[in-house]
Amino acid sequence: MTSTMHSVASPAAADSSVLSGTGYKPPHRRRPRRRYGLTPLLLSAGVIVLFALFFLWPGILGLAYSFTSYRGFGPMTFIGLDNYTRLASDPTFYAALGRTFIYTAFSVPLGYALSLALAVALTNLRARGKTAARIIFFLPWLVSPIVTGVIWRWMFGENFGFVNFVITSLGGGAVPWSSDANLSLMVVILASSWAGAAFNMLLFIAAINNVPTSYYEAAQLDGANAWQRFVSITLPGIAPTSVLVVLLMTLGQMKEFAMIQALNNGGPGTANQLIVQYIYKTGFGQSDVGYASAASMVLLVILMIIALLQIAISRKANS
Amino acid sequence: MATSTSSPTASLSGLAPRPLKRRKSGEFRRSILPTTMLWVLAILVAFPLLWFLLSSFKGGGELFTYPLSFLPREWTAGGYVRAWERLDFVRFFGNTMLVASVTTVLTVFFCATAGYALAKYRAPWLSVLALCILSMTMLPGEVILNPTFTVVRDLGFYNSLLGVILPSILTPTGVFMFRQFFITVPQELLDAARIDGARELTIFFRIMLPLARPIMLTLGIISFQWRWNDYIFPLIILSDPKNFTLQIALRTLIGSQNIDWVILLAASVISMIPLVLLYLVFQKYITSSDINTGLRD
Repeated sequence: MTSTMHSVASPAAADSSVLSGTGYKPPHRRRPRRRYGLTPLLLSAGVIVLFALFFLWPGILGLAYSFTSYRGFGPMTFIGLDNYTRLASDPTFYAALGRTFIYTAFSVPLGYALSLALAVALTNLRARGKTAARIIFFLPWLVSPIVTGVIWRWMFGENFGFVNFVITSLGGGAVPWSSDANLSLMVVILASSWAGAAFNMLLFIAAINNVPTSYYEAAQLDGANAWQRFVSITLPGIAPTSVLVVLLMTLGQMKEFAMIQALNNGGPGTANQLIVQYIYKTGFGQSDVGYASAASMVLLVILMIIALLQIAISRKANS
Repeated sequence: MATSTSSPTASLSGLAPRPLKRRKSGEFRRSILPTTMLWVLAILVAFPLLWFLLSSFKGGGELFTYPLSFLPREWTAGGYVRAWERLDFVRFFGNTMLVASVTTVLTVFFCATAGYALAKYRAPWLSVLALCILSMTMLPGEVILNPTFTVVRDLGFYNSLLGVILPSILTPTGVFMFRQFFITVPQELLDAARIDGARELTIFFRIMLPLARPIMLTLGIISFQWRWNDYIFPLIILSDPKNFTLQIALRTLIGSQNIDWVILLAASVISMIPLVLLYLVFQKYITSSDINTGLRD
C-alpha cells in the first residue's frame, strides 16, 4: 500500500497549477511554432503509448466488461446494467465497501497525526540527534506492504505476540487481536499509519520549513506557548499540504490490498475484506470478470468523487 | 532544510566564561523536552522493526515461550539457513532486481522526456496530456485488475517479467516531478541554445537532462523502492514460480493456515537487505530531497 499510495505524491501537488492553467507562457509568441516541429510529440510519445496501452485501454475495456457477463474467456454477452443492479443488492459488496470506508476513516486521521508529529519533532530547532532520528523515521518506508503485514501480525499474535505478552504480564487477559474483527482492523490501521508516515512526513517538513520564522518570533514575544504557536501558526501555515496529504492518504487507503492480505487476509473469515480484495476475489478467484469490472467502475467513481471534493475544498480554502 | 544540528559551541565547554556557561545550560534544559519527544517517537517507530529483526535470530522454541525476552537468549541463524533452503532466493532476487532496475531506468527516462515536453512546450494537446496523466492519480490503475490482465495477456506478456515491467513504467508522480523542475529552468537558457543553432533534441539531451540529475536520482530511488515492493501486478501477471518476484514468493509462506514463523521472519528480513543498503547509501537524496519541489507553486 505504501508504494502505491506514494506513487501519486507529486501530481496532486502540481495539479492546482495544471487545472488553473497558470503554467509557463512562452515570451516569444511571434516566433513560428514550426521551429520545434514534432519535438514535443517525440518527447512524449513513450508516455502517450504507455498511457494508452495500460491506462486508457484497460479503462475502456473495464467499462465494456461491466456491461457483459464475460468470464475471462469465451464470448462476451451483453447484459446491460445487470451487473450494477446485482451489485446494488449484494451484501458482500456493501460489507467490503463499508469496511473500506471505516478503515479509511480511521487510518487517515491517525496517519496524518503521526506523520505531522514526526515532522514537527524533526523540525524543532532544539531537538538533538535529528540526523539519526530522520534515518530511523524513514526506515518503515523501505518495508514492503507484505513485510509490514508480517511485522504487525507478529507483534499482535494472540498467543505469542509481544503486545499480548506485555498485557498478560501486567495482569490483563490475552486480547483477541486476530479473532475479533474490530480489533483485527485496528491492528491494520496501526500498521498502515506506521508504514505511510515517513513519506508524508517529508511533505510536512518541506511545508513547515516554508512557514516564515518571524511569525514564531513575534508569537514568542507575545508570550504564546509552544502549543499555541503550533495551533495558530504551524497548522494554518501548512494547510495546503495538509489537504494534499489527506487526499493522497484517502486515495491510498481506499485501495489497500497487499498489507492486509499479509496481516489477516481480510479475516477473521471475510469480516475485514476490503474492496480491492473483493474485486480480486470475484475477478480472479471466481473469474466473474464482468461483475468484478462493474465493482471496479463503482470504486473508480467513488475515488473520483473523493478527489474532486477535496480539490474543491482546497480551492475554496485558498481563495 | 535543516538537517544536522550538532551543537557548534561544544568545543568551548571547558573554557567558557560564566555567562556563556549559564546560557548553555539553559539551552540544554530547553532542549530536553523536544529531544525527548523526538526520541520517544523514534523508539515507537523503530520498535516493531527491531522486535521483528531480533525475533528472527531466536530459535523456534524461544519464539513461542513466555516470558519473551527482547534480546534472543540464544542467538541462532537457523531461521536464515532454513529460509534460504526453502525459497530459491537467488532466483527471486534476480527476478526482482531485473524488474525493479529495468522499470526504474525506463520510468526515469520517459518521465523526464514527457515532463520536459509538458514544461517547455505549449500546445493544446499537451494540456490534454497533462490532464490525462493527472487523472491517473485519481483513478489508480491497480483497481481495474481484470482489464489490465487482459491487455497484458493479449500483448503476449502473461507470465513474463516484461508483463510486470511495462504497466508500471508510467507514474504520474515522475512526470510531474520533472515538469515542476523544468519549469524552474530559465527560458533564457533554452533561447540561447536555440540561437546558437542547437537542435531541440540536442538541447534536451545535452543541456536539460544533465541539469535534472538530482531529480533523476530521487525518482530513481523512489521508483526502485516501489517496484521492489510491488505486489498486485506481479500477483496477477506471474503464474510460474520460476518468474516470481520476492513479494509474491514471500506471500507463498503466508498463504497457509499454519505459518512457519521461523522461516517467515528470516525470509522477510532477507528480502529487505538490498533496499536497506541502497537507502543507507543514497538516503540524503530522499530524506532531504526535492520531493517538495512539487509543492512550491
